[in-house]
Amino acid sequence: MATEGDPSVLENPRRRDYLQFAAVAVAGVGAGVTVLPLVNSMNPSADVLAASTTEVDLSAIEPGQAIKASFRKQPLFVRHLTQAEIDQADAVPLGELRDPQSLKERTKEGKAQWLVTLGVCTHLGCVPLGAGEGEAKGDYGGYFCPCHGSHYDTAARIRKGPAPKNLEVPAYTFDTDTKITVG
Amino acid sequence: MSFPWAKHYEPKHPLMQWIDSRLPLPRFVYNAIGGGYPVPRNLNYFWNFGVLAGVALVIQIVTGIVLAMHFHSSAAEAFNSVNVGIMRDVNAGWFLRFAHANGASMFFIVVYIHMFRGLYYGSYKAPREMVWLLGVVIFLLMMATAFMGYVLPWGQMSFWGAQVITGFFSAIPVVGDWIRVWLLGGYAPDDAALNRFFSLHYLLPFVIAGVIILHIWALHIPGSSNPTGVEVKGEQDTVPFHPYYTAKDGFGVGIFLIFFTALVFFYPDALGHPDNYIPANPLSTPAHIVPEWYFWPFYAILRAFTADFILPAKLWGVLAMFGSILILFFLPWLDKSPVRSANYRPVYRTLFWVLMVDVLVLGYCGGSPADPAYIIASQLASAYYFAHFLIILPIVSRLERPRPLPGSITEAVLGTTKTA
Amino acid sequence: MTSLLMRSIKFLVGLGFVGVLLIALWGTISGLIREGTPQTAEQALHEHPKELHLPSNGPFGKFDLAQLQRGFKVYEKVCAQCHSLNLVSFRELAGLGYNEAEIKKIAKDWPVKQPVFDNKAGTWGERDNTPADRFPKVYYAANGTPPDLSLITKARHDGAAYVYSLMVGYTEKPDAEGAKKFPEALKSPEGLHFNKYFANLHLAMPAPLTDAQIDTVKYTDGTPTTVDQMAQDVSAFLVWTAEPTMQQRHRFGVAVLIFLIFATILGYGAYRNVWRGMKH
Repeated sequence: MATEGDPSVLENPRRRDYLQFAAVAVAGVGAGVTVLPLVNSMNPSADVLAASTTEVDLSAIEPGQAIKASFRKQPLFVRHLTQAEIDQADAVPLGELRDPQSLKERTKEGKAQWLVTLGVCTHLGCVPLGAGEGEAKGDYGGYFCPCHGSHYDTAARIRKGPAPKNLEVPAYTFDTDTKITVG
Repeated sequence: MSFPWAKHYEPKHPLMQWIDSRLPLPRFVYNAIGGGYPVPRNLNYFWNFGVLAGVALVIQIVTGIVLAMHFHSSAAEAFNSVNVGIMRDVNAGWFLRFAHANGASMFFIVVYIHMFRGLYYGSYKAPREMVWLLGVVIFLLMMATAFMGYVLPWGQMSFWGAQVITGFFSAIPVVGDWIRVWLLGGYAPDDAALNRFFSLHYLLPFVIAGVIILHIWALHIPGSSNPTGVEVKGEQDTVPFHPYYTAKDGFGVGIFLIFFTALVFFYPDALGHPDNYIPANPLSTPAHIVPEWYFWPFYAILRAFTADFILPAKLWGVLAMFGSILILFFLPWLDKSPVRSANYRPVYRTLFWVLMVDVLVLGYCGGSPADPAYIIASQLASAYYFAHFLIILPIVSRLERPRPLPGSITEAVLGTTKTA
Repeated sequence: MTSLLMRSIKFLVGLGFVGVLLIALWGTISGLIREGTPQTAEQALHEHPKELHLPSNGPFGKFDLAQLQRGFKVYEKVCAQCHSLNLVSFRELAGLGYNEAEIKKIAKDWPVKQPVFDNKAGTWGERDNTPADRFPKVYYAANGTPPDLSLITKARHDGAAYVYSLMVGYTEKPDAEGAKKFPEALKSPEGLHFNKYFANLHLAMPAPLTDAQIDTVKYTDGTPTTVDQMAQDVSAFLVWTAEPTMQQRHRFGVAVLIFLIFATILGYGAYRNVWRGMKH
């Protein structure tokens, strides 16, 4: 038996002192694992993840017009391009672009006139102008974000201003010629 | 602090020296729950429950903060935000909710054991009256917090609990009805009441944490009591809190968590009431309104007063229910015996166990329907409760002849006699 | 004088409370002697639920997916006429073992549609259900208010056993002694039905599961479609709707408990090690 209250027993790790280290280590692991559900609970919940798809009816959109819809609580732009706008987009050499992508890559095969993008500026998330009637379309005839002056062209690609990327094209499919389902 | 042999904080690491010389927080912690706090060496497992109560509070605050991120405090949405949002859709939401609901029960179990420990070993006596008084304040705050928390899921028991508890205040003469309407912000529990209860339910735990700091501060002036009730006489009577009691408390926390886990994962609804899974319906009262189990003894006292005598029965019930807790504030002056521990007070020890059984009987009656048999038992048990504290205890503490006390803690521990 | 008053005030307060309690006690006892405790019809005739053995019972219970699917079928074909399941989403049916296409079809074919408000017209219309929707509310115009069944097994004492007993209890004979004592209590008021497992003895719901429902439900997994089997299966299903995460909870619980027991044994070792040589 060690001397009563002998401090050396506590201060010099020896004999069975691995027990203390092991106990503290296991408690630490337990505490760490307990944090996981707390953090995970802040991820999107099942009802948000299941947030349904959005259907958009294209029949009423004339060439040159655009509409705003809502997809997963974010604005969605659906734009019916005119032939002139398609030509304008195709004429740009990809090398000049900050985020090189052709209009063809950004639309569905045989449906180059339908440009579907999120209405979320890739700079800091404002909603660009240009989809509504009479709104400024910017220097390149597409969208213009008034927050920090990003200009997008007719294929919604970034051309001028601080935004790093083109407006995002969400996953969508054509159900019929005049109806798409986004998501 | 008050023991001259207490170890002094001597940080070795330059960073700790740097911090300590600018903000002596490390020193403060060291002296509070570290090597700098000498504690009687003979504490038994009942002394674990203070730390366990602290652990329970931390569990409640942490789970509560995350739950609040998902809760909607409106009468229209509260029930579904708990029973659909949190219980089904939020990741691990069911775990957080069950942990919080059962955490409240664990908190009360631990605090009740902590309080009965104090009663048995006379921890409320001089010079520790302030520790006891602050403890009773914490208990009152816990009761208020738990009540308001139970209202939040907006089930039938939530709603009718709010209705009944705020109804207590209408027993106050003249201004009672006005106070009740003011508390609810309306004529019945609704959005206004739910929102303010949510706000206060979030606030009060932090007030409790503040009072706990005062409780521990007050404890550190005389130092912890011990099972013999004999004050510390010298260095041989104490050990430093760390590592001795941190190790023991660590083991205690493990046992606590095993019980807690068994409740949360295997019997999460065992302590709740089925009616709270029915959405609040202001037009239909449940057949049998009961509060959560930790309020049952007080509920039994409330219901025991069935006769109008000078004052209306309702007012007597409310006065007695609050009185049964307020009595605890006066306990240090009701029990004047100089001997602390019931181990050396044969008569008081018997009384303690009678009181314990009495409170259990009250609890059982409070959770049962208001049938005559239970009412009679409540009336007898309530009468004993008041008689115990206000009549029997003051007389016994004067007349009782205590058994001889050990000369010191060390003497009691080592079993040596008279020679120490 | 004042000090004497101060010293005796505790006795006065104590005697006050005790005295009032004794007066109240006298009132209770004399009332009891005067009136006794007459047995009520509910006390004589109401019975506790029968035992029901489900795989989900107990702390380590698991769901039997085939049974849950059968129970869902009973709910769909019978209960759903009057009772909603408004806290449950169609997508959660994946927990019963249905795949995405099946869930889509169940949602689309569900006879009660989702209400939608037309912002242009200012009127309510409806649309088909999708997997992301919760089961729509059922509005019931006739006598009685059928409760939502999502949480019913948590919202009643004895949960599933109660639901099962209620389902099969319509045809069971009441307690003979009680029936002799309270013959009036057996006669149901207009529009109500006798069931000894129901707290008030008479409820608005007629027997929902009878031989007439056997053809409507018709199990396809080889299980015989009987009233008792349907009652068991729908009770099992309603245990699932009340807490679809129950099985997950049990599984995590075992893991957490094993870890904690291990950690606590280690903690005990550490505690004994720290205190070695220190008599206490």
